[in-house]
Amino acid sequence: MSGAEFVPLSLTPLLIGIFAAIACALPGNFLVLRRQALIGDAISHVVLPGIVVAFLLTGAVTAWPMMLGAAGAALVSVVLIEAIRRLGQIETGAAMGVVFTAMFAGGVLLLERSDTSSVHLDVEHALMGNLESLIWLEATGWHSLLDGDALAGLPPELSRLAVVLLLVVLFTWIFWRPLKISTFDEGFAQVLGMRTGLLGIALVMIAAIAAVAAFDAVGSIIVIAMFICPPAAARLMTDSLGRQVAWSVVFATLSATLGYVFAGYGPLWLGGSDSVSAAGMIATVSGVILALTALFGPRRRGMMA
Amino acid sequence: MLLEALTLQLGYNATLVAIGAMLLGIAAGVTGTFLFLRKRALVSDAISHATLPGVGLAFIVMVWFGMDGRSLIGLLIGSALSAWVGLLCVQWLSNRTRLSEDSAIGAVLSVFFGAGVVLLTVIQGMSAGRQAGLDSLLLGSTAGMLLSDAILIAVGGALVLALTLLLRRPMSLVAFDSDYAAASGLSVARIDLATMGLVLAVTVVGLKIVGLILIVALLIIPPVTARFWTERTERVWLIAGALGGLSGYVGAAISASAPALPTGPIIVLVAFALFVLSLLFSPARGVLSSVLTHLQYRRRVHRRQGLLALAQGQPIYEGYTLRLLQREGLARADGVATEEGQARAAKALLDEKRWEILRGLQAHEATAARYDGLTNLETILTKDQLRDLDTRIAAPREVTP
Repeated sequence: MSGAEFVPLSLTPLLIGIFAAIACALPGNFLVLRRQALIGDAISHVVLPGIVVAFLLTGAVTAWPMMLGAAGAALVSVVLIEAIRRLGQIETGAAMGVVFTAMFAGGVLLLERSDTSSVHLDVEHALMGNLESLIWLEATGWHSLLDGDALAGLPPELSRLAVVLLLVVLFTWIFWRPLKISTFDEGFAQVLGMRTGLLGIALVMIAAIAAVAAFDAVGSIIVIAMFICPPAAARLMTDSLGRQVAWSVVFATLSATLGYVFAGYGPLWLGGSDSVSAAGMIATVSGVILALTALFGPRRRGMMA
Repeated sequence: MLLEALTLQLGYNATLVAIGAMLLGIAAGVTGTFLFLRKRALVSDAISHATLPGVGLAFIVMVWFGMDGRSLIGLLIGSALSAWVGLLCVQWLSNRTRLSEDSAIGAVLSVFFGAGVVLLTVIQGMSAGRQAGLDSLLLGSTAGMLLSDAILIAVGGALVLALTLLLRRPMSLVAFDSDYAAASGLSVARIDLATMGLVLAVTVVGLKIVGLILIVALLIIPPVTARFWTERTERVWLIAGALGGLSGYVGAAISASAPALPTGPIIVLVAFALFVLSLLFSPARGVLSSVLTHLQYRRRVHRRQGLLALAQGQPIYEGYTLRLLQREGLARADGVATEEGQARAAKALLDEKRWEILRGLQAHEATAARYDGLTNLETILTKDQLRDLDTRIAAPREVTP
């Protein structure tokens, strides 16, 4: 394939997919180890009402208010889950189920009641994203990467995700040691004087930021899949946290790349004509990777004696 | 309009939907109770999302054989099969690998849902699939529901309900104490699988009305709500069934009363409203009642301490205590006891003295452990015992200067 075709049509969606996958997989490693994997699931459901409310307040589909709305909704849901868990003495899973389904239902209702038919805002879009449409029309080939005018036409999702990815990487790098210790032995971390409660909230907030930024570009399916599948697969490969994080980045990148390619070209290879959903295919590929590691991974049964 | 909907006078279709939703709500509430008591509420989330690829495959297969791809029963069979595969994947991942159950749930739900979305886009590319309307199963859609669909939902719901009631004893035993259940000869794994099978059946039956994303709510919210009203299992599932049925019925009626009110979300929001009301106002575990209990406790502590201070002629500096005693007519604004206050104070002092003696006696060791500085000893001991205690209090005698 020539650069003239690849760069404008496939480079940016591919990069956005990879950035989103890695940004979600990094905090996902800790969430999986802390048995909080379903926080990603809950956040990706409650983002919908946040986005709808932001849209109703501003009256336009603009990125920043929507991201703020989504982040606000994520924060509200975390607080609500905690409040219901404490006030009602209900176990976390059930409290989560109550909150995220009710908020999602509220989002759908708001969406149906308000006149959003004129803009591109619907439930299917929220679930599946529109990775395929994030193309870079100004580019004409590889040389456009050095061309300032063409670069100005890059989809804004790309730069936003790049910033968020950088934030996530920095967070993981700076708090590596506290995160590691508090994940494996919370009591020991407290003895060392770490504020483990605060750290846990920071981790959830970082996960929420990654989820919201990725959600904006690629829809909620990829977000949930990338929070869990690459870290889970990586956990079946190694006992060391450092290597697990590295594997998860590899798996996330692999899922995003293969998923995008299969979605775009797979049907052509099989003789079809239309491409299929890239978001769905990326999630599927990450599941296949997880299945393979669950069957053949060297550490699939836990610590070796 | 709403009243007409609630009394089933909005026409044939609305009536069908309301009755179907009520049956579904009852079945989901009862079945969900055992899932909730087993602390595995979110497994239902994996099951419901795992129905999507089955729906897509069933459509493709039915079109392949030249049938109408939208036939509800075919889609439901397909969704049940793929949800079953998803459930087995969750079980296998959490039992046979080191991954915890929540990771297994999240992995299965996202991957199966992703695969389902891929199949949906494949179907949109097929010539027969342009008008398939399969995405209505995501959020449910009751517009234009056929009588045959409604009968299918009603029969399915009733069947699930009957099976759940039949299996309720072993299921609640496993939910409360799986070790004991195993020791008394029940196969815990098989009963767990049966619970999950029933949850799966509810999910599949509910696809048409509330859709696969929100059916989880009907399985989780009514049991959680019911838990606020009782401590007994056999009542939890009864109440949960009633709440689920009520949510389904009222939700369907509200959604029929005006346009642009989607049935599934409204049913979920009605269930959530019932939850919030219970969280706030339930008599035993509600927020309001625990606030009241706390305030009452605080009042008792302050009243008792204030009375003891009055009895011993000590001044009261604590503002709340002083206000409390004044409001109840036990003390004047300057902190001096009224007549009734003096009587109550003497009584409190006597009670305190009796407790003091009692705590020194070996024979009353068990009673002494109940001392909390609030309980009136007269409510615990018999008159004879009290008289016996009183003889030990030193009688007033003349004091020589």
